[in-house]
Amino acid sequence: MTLFERWHIDKSLFTALAILAAVSLVVLYSASGESLGFALGDAARLAIGFVVMIAIAQIPPETYRRWSVPAFVIGVVGLAAVLGIGVVRFGARRWVALGPLSIQPSEFMKLLVPMVLSWFFSRSHLPPRLGRIIAAALILLVPVLLIAKEPDLGTALVVLLSGVIVLFLAGIGWRTIATVLMMGAAAAPVLWAHMHHYQRQRIYILFHPQADPLGAGYHAIQAMIAVGSGGLFGQGWLNSSQAHLHFLPDSTTDFAFAVFCQEFGLFGNLALLGLYLFIVYRGLRIAFAAQDSYSRLLAGSLSILFFFDVFINMGMVAGILPVVGVPLPLLSYGGTSLIIIMAGLGVLMSIYSHRRLVN
Amino acid sequence: MTGPGHYFIVTGQTGFGRSAFVMTLMLLSLALMAVRAFYLQVLDAPFLRHAARREAIETVQQEGHRGMIVDRHGQPLAISTPVDSLWANPRILLKEPAVWPRLTRAIGWRTATFEKALDAQRHEQFMYLRREVDPRYAQRVLALRIPGVASQREYRRYYPAGAVAATLIGFTNINDQGQDGVELAYNSFLSPRRGRAIVVRDGLGGPIAVRRGREPPRPGHTLVLSIDERIQYLAYRELLKAVRYHDASSGSVIVLDARTGEVLALANVPSFNPNTRSDLDSSYYRDRAVTDVLEPGSSLKPFTIALALQSGRIVPHTLISTSPGSYWVGPDKISDVGNFGLIDVSHVIAESSNVGASKIALTTLTRRAMYRNFLRLGFAHSTHSGLPGESSGFLSPPDTWEPIQKATLSFGYGISVTPMQMARAYTVFADGGILRPISILKAPPQSPGRRVFSRTVVSEMRHMLELAASPVGTGANADVVNYRVAGKTGTAHIADTKGYHRHRYVASFGGFAPASDPRLVVFVDVRDPRKHGYYGAQCAAPVFRKVMTGALRILNIPPDNPVTTMARAHTRWS
Repeated sequence: MTLFERWHIDKSLFTALAILAAVSLVVLYSASGESLGFALGDAARLAIGFVVMIAIAQIPPETYRRWSVPAFVIGVVGLAAVLGIGVVRFGARRWVALGPLSIQPSEFMKLLVPMVLSWFFSRSHLPPRLGRIIAAALILLVPVLLIAKEPDLGTALVVLLSGVIVLFLAGIGWRTIATVLMMGAAAAPVLWAHMHHYQRQRIYILFHPQADPLGAGYHAIQAMIAVGSGGLFGQGWLNSSQAHLHFLPDSTTDFAFAVFCQEFGLFGNLALLGLYLFIVYRGLRIAFAAQDSYSRLLAGSLSILFFFDVFINMGMVAGILPVVGVPLPLLSYGGTSLIIIMAGLGVLMSIYSHRRLVN
Repeated sequence: MTGPGHYFIVTGQTGFGRSAFVMTLMLLSLALMAVRAFYLQVLDAPFLRHAARREAIETVQQEGHRGMIVDRHGQPLAISTPVDSLWANPRILLKEPAVWPRLTRAIGWRTATFEKALDAQRHEQFMYLRREVDPRYAQRVLALRIPGVASQREYRRYYPAGAVAATLIGFTNINDQGQDGVELAYNSFLSPRRGRAIVVRDGLGGPIAVRRGREPPRPGHTLVLSIDERIQYLAYRELLKAVRYHDASSGSVIVLDARTGEVLALANVPSFNPNTRSDLDSSYYRDRAVTDVLEPGSSLKPFTIALALQSGRIVPHTLISTSPGSYWVGPDKISDVGNFGLIDVSHVIAESSNVGASKIALTTLTRRAMYRNFLRLGFAHSTHSGLPGESSGFLSPPDTWEPIQKATLSFGYGISVTPMQMARAYTVFADGGILRPISILKAPPQSPGRRVFSRTVVSEMRHMLELAASPVGTGANADVVNYRVAGKTGTAHIADTKGYHRHRYVASFGGFAPASDPRLVVFVDVRDPRKHGYYGAQCAAPVFRKVMTGALRILNIPPDNPVTTMARAHTRWS
């Protein structure tokens, strides 16, 4: 039994994540204007993330299955608490103060929703019947609506996505999916009418970034300039003019990928994509190898959600998706979001390493 | 729809299952991402790289300073001093309310005023905080390193001579462009050439480094005027005193170098303080010595007499009857201030007899000859001093002259001239009968000039003008101790569209010294004196004396008559 096996660590996943963490340190050191203190802070957070991941990997999936419902209920209560007693920051009520910590319960829902829905579907025979699907959809809507109310549309959509992935994996008929999609299309104008002005503007700006180059379109344009001016080979480490000259906002968080692109070019970009693809691939392999429907659904949905996090961030930076505040997993300087991602990866490792092997 | 292969949960089946669907979707997304990256990083890369350069690298213009204007000895009359203007980018400042108190303290704004101004300009990227401050002060504010605050170098024009030379020098506007006077006339010569520098600019709007392609600004050229600041001060001071003493509306003094035509002083009253001119009437800006015209009256008389002498029909001692002090030309009466009786030509000038001068003109000169004479003396034409707004004066063509006009022209009515034209015309007597161009620049190219009167006539005229400026003549107040002075007074009624005012006058005096070898020509006019006399002898001649006395001393010109001290003590009336 190797050291990795004893600690329930998936070796290839761990290696990929360690490389990503190293890339994160390299990029954020540059993006922060070569601040060693900032890089050390990032290192500390990544270390905590790895510790959380390894800790969670020690706990067998069966325990998570049992704790899915109580954890979800606590999460929903937390969301309700945010709306009641939450702290307003940057014009939105997303945080709840817990002593010195400020916690963003909406982030936890990215983990808790897949857990509770996996638990819900694993209790009966699959594929689920329509009644069960509707019940699952209602469970899903509770946190989604609470988060949208904060307002935090980006996270609400990601949480909705996390639930929909579980629903999809559990086996909704294609016809149902088509129906829901058409209803969604029909509801789009209504949704548009209920959006905040800034939210509408972000979507508008996606198609017309030059309409307001110094205002709403600023992020998108500066990010595209950063990515594009990297060219094939990039301008080299510490040479991202967009970050160093402060043209690119949020260069250490949501737009860290743009800094990476400018410094390492198309080849670096594709290598990073490959690294992420490998992590997702490994997650899906774990899902396929899982031995019960709960583990399989959970592993599958967490892997796919990880992929969406990556794609939404990269798409936003590359200007094919609207600007929403989704960080790039591991690469961006993040607090709660990083912990949640690492926790999800820990669950994946737990599922893989706690298989009962039959020789 | 619920057959095997459709469910992720059921593995190991063939067909288009959930897993395959998910994998396909993800690969498609990745492909999309890769295509987009290729598009941005390969196809669009040149454009986007250019965009990055364009927003970070900027060509800024650097202002050089405007050239100095100095007098003939290098004394500054207009200089540009560096000042800094502090400005801010409101968009950036608005994001940093924490720094506001420090900033307002540093720039001395009230908090409320500052916040109001900031709010009013919240969509702008530029607002002035303080304009034209001491560069050291600006550096202290910049040292606070407040985001969005920067300074730009500007130059403020300063005129050390103030009002003394203001109407001559003129002034510049806020963009450092000459607006009047020499500043306007020589604007392109004085203007600096802009420099350019390529700077790297960051997203907060602040320049962070000068990169390359630096082309330093070239300051404007220094303009050396013919003006002698000491004489300019003297002329302005004496003129101002006279204008105040006589409660006159305005006045001018011009001092010319008799040999070169250089303007050594050109003073006007009223003047203005060019360093703080915002609240002044623009009529004070006029360089009246070249822009305003006057009918000179008797100070023009010598030129008629000289022409008559040149014709050979009279000589200096030709006798002319001026009794009984007036006579009729058709319906018009010409009068003297008294009955001078039978006098010679010298005394026609010395006593300033209008009757005598007009009789000489009517009997010895043709209209055409008089007209040509005035033109040759430079009247009715610009002096080409180069000063803005110069007037040419006016003289009607000779075919239209009635006999009375011919008569009055002989003693300086019916022609409008500028003080500058008068001063220049007097150089003909001072410089051997030759009219030279005048210049406000030092050491102009020597022009051969144009002969107007013969040497003999000039010599005769000098003696007559010396007599006129002696205790015998009207110009007795113009005498200068130890020097022989020649000159002529003038007192003319002021005319407007309704005709001549009975009790409003222009007093003038034109003359030169030392009479034996003239070096300086001075012309003085005082308009509309209302107190303490109105004659040229009372208002203009004393100014001439003081300016001439001082200027001769300043220029160290040797006396040509060092013995008259006792004689003049009791003959002077004032």
